[in-house]
Amino acid sequence: MSLHTLSLAQLAQGLRAREFSSLELTRMLLARIEASQPKLNAFVTVTREQALVAAGAADRQLAAGSAGPLTGLPMVHKDLFCTEGVRTSCGSRMLDNFVSPYDATVVAKLRAAGTVMLGKSNMDEFAMGSSNETSFYGPVRNPWNPDLVPGGSSGGSAAAVAARLTPVATATDTGGSIRQPAALCGVTGMKPTYGRVSRYGMVAFASSLDQGGVVSTTAEDAALILRAMAGFDPNDSTSVDLPVPDYVATLDAPLAGLKIGLLKEFFDKGLDAENEKRIREALAVYEKLGATLREVSLPNLPLSVPAYYVVAPAECSSNLARFDGVRYGYRCKEPRDLMDLYKRSRGEGFGAEVKRRIMTGTYVLSAGYYDAYYLKAQKVRQLISADFKRAFGEVDVLMGPTTPTPAFPIGAKTSDPITMYLNDIYTIGANLAGLPAISIPCGFTGGLPVGLQIVGPHFGEAKILNAAHRYQRETDWHGRLPEAYR
Amino acid sequence: MYDFALFFAVTSAHSRTFCSGNSMALTREQIENIAHLARLALAPAEIPVYQQSLSAIFEFVGELDRADTARVQPMAHPLEGLSQRLREDRVTETDHHERDQANAPQVAAGLYLVPKVIE
Repeated sequence: MSLHTLSLAQLAQGLRAREFSSLELTRMLLARIEASQPKLNAFVTVTREQALVAAGAADRQLAAGSAGPLTGLPMVHKDLFCTEGVRTSCGSRMLDNFVSPYDATVVAKLRAAGTVMLGKSNMDEFAMGSSNETSFYGPVRNPWNPDLVPGGSSGGSAAAVAARLTPVATATDTGGSIRQPAALCGVTGMKPTYGRVSRYGMVAFASSLDQGGVVSTTAEDAALILRAMAGFDPNDSTSVDLPVPDYVATLDAPLAGLKIGLLKEFFDKGLDAENEKRIREALAVYEKLGATLREVSLPNLPLSVPAYYVVAPAECSSNLARFDGVRYGYRCKEPRDLMDLYKRSRGEGFGAEVKRRIMTGTYVLSAGYYDAYYLKAQKVRQLISADFKRAFGEVDVLMGPTTPTPAFPIGAKTSDPITMYLNDIYTIGANLAGLPAISIPCGFTGGLPVGLQIVGPHFGEAKILNAAHRYQRETDWHGRLPEAYR
Repeated sequence: MYDFALFFAVTSAHSRTFCSGNSMALTREQIENIAHLARLALAPAEIPVYQQSLSAIFEFVGELDRADTARVQPMAHPLEGLSQRLREDRVTETDHHERDQANAPQVAAGLYLVPKVIE
């Protein structure tokens, strides 16, 4: 039996039926991870010993009949979720020596639910990147073709799930960092509504945009994990105090009468023609399921990338001010004085893209520029948010491509930051408006996966998971594996 | 009305600016000043790189001027109507300075050490 090809839901059944143990499953995946590491570099840290201990404990719970729905199931955490006693690097030299003294709320919840952490996934430094090339630990490679990027910033999580090194992985999305790598690696990537999942213990990048979520092979697995990780947390002042619906219970609801809005602005010259064909084919499947399609225009949406590249760097420059070489993280050698200590610790500890964003943010927040950049961007953000609100008055969900093109070669876009930033042209809007969105595999172009994006209204996770799951019942794109990892 | 095609056009224009490194560039002094405000030591070779890329970024985000925002309130929170929650004013934290200081570069007697600031 090839356990690695099973979904989280199937593995849960197998564990409960005692067809295999959590320890067997964990050992098998650790071996796959270790074998893949020289080729994919999807991990910063593999937590072999802790995983084996946790799996053994899970097996005892399963035997005693005291197991929960996720007990004994292996998973991976993106290396920006704090994990007690385990290095949390955030892909940066700055935090290379940082051992987290506590668990992020998401990690604590999933640990309490009985999941087994296999390791911490590689990522763009401080989640700033769309290709996983800014990591201090080197780029992650795409399992479909090792010369290509996996996307970013959650490239390690997406590549690990695509290569079936883990059934699920946590991830975070500030401008597309769950959905874009999920699309480029041919897996399912779910970004919940802002405030749905606690940000406590997530290393902050842009606090009004950051949101934790999940990468998985199926929408059903995303529902299983989201149900366990979502919910109110008094430790996060932006966490929303609303009950968490049973996302699994509504997965099979029929789609007859579902009103789908096609994002007109996304079907434009920038969209690769083959990608567009795959998206149109997916939309035809939805029509067959009884949904109706209509075009919806969000006229301010094309301003989302410039608005984002003011708001996100501004928040990043404030958040990353905490890295001072004094309390934790990297410190330069032999500082002359306190100013030298600050400047060289930060100058040496941060990579090129992180420094670029800190400086961009510092400039837009500096005296004389605040109104022209930051305030203007927050007004444009209001316009974009209002566009979405109007659209959700007419339709239930919005659909379109996740990315303009399939995965691109490593090194192809590193010399021009704006070309790199435009990878997130279709995903940033949902972050600016705080909306939930998912990317699911919907076919291939030239042997590379294409992602369909579904955006819902605030707290519409159940609906988009339902729409994604029904599509996955009709198609098998999500079940395809890269040849080297079958 | 704006469209994405415009931004791809803008990108190629940027690529030209970016490669030729001419016009619109922030000065070396401006980059040094921003880096100072951000407390970042830059190597001399990094400065021209940031001159070019930051200039391109500010030109790119200048597209925001195309939007009429005269009567628009800036967005304060992604979830409208949900205001920032306040908690009860009571002590909830326990002392864990020893645990937390295990990550500090230099500590003595429970204090973080830095170079001398007062002669």
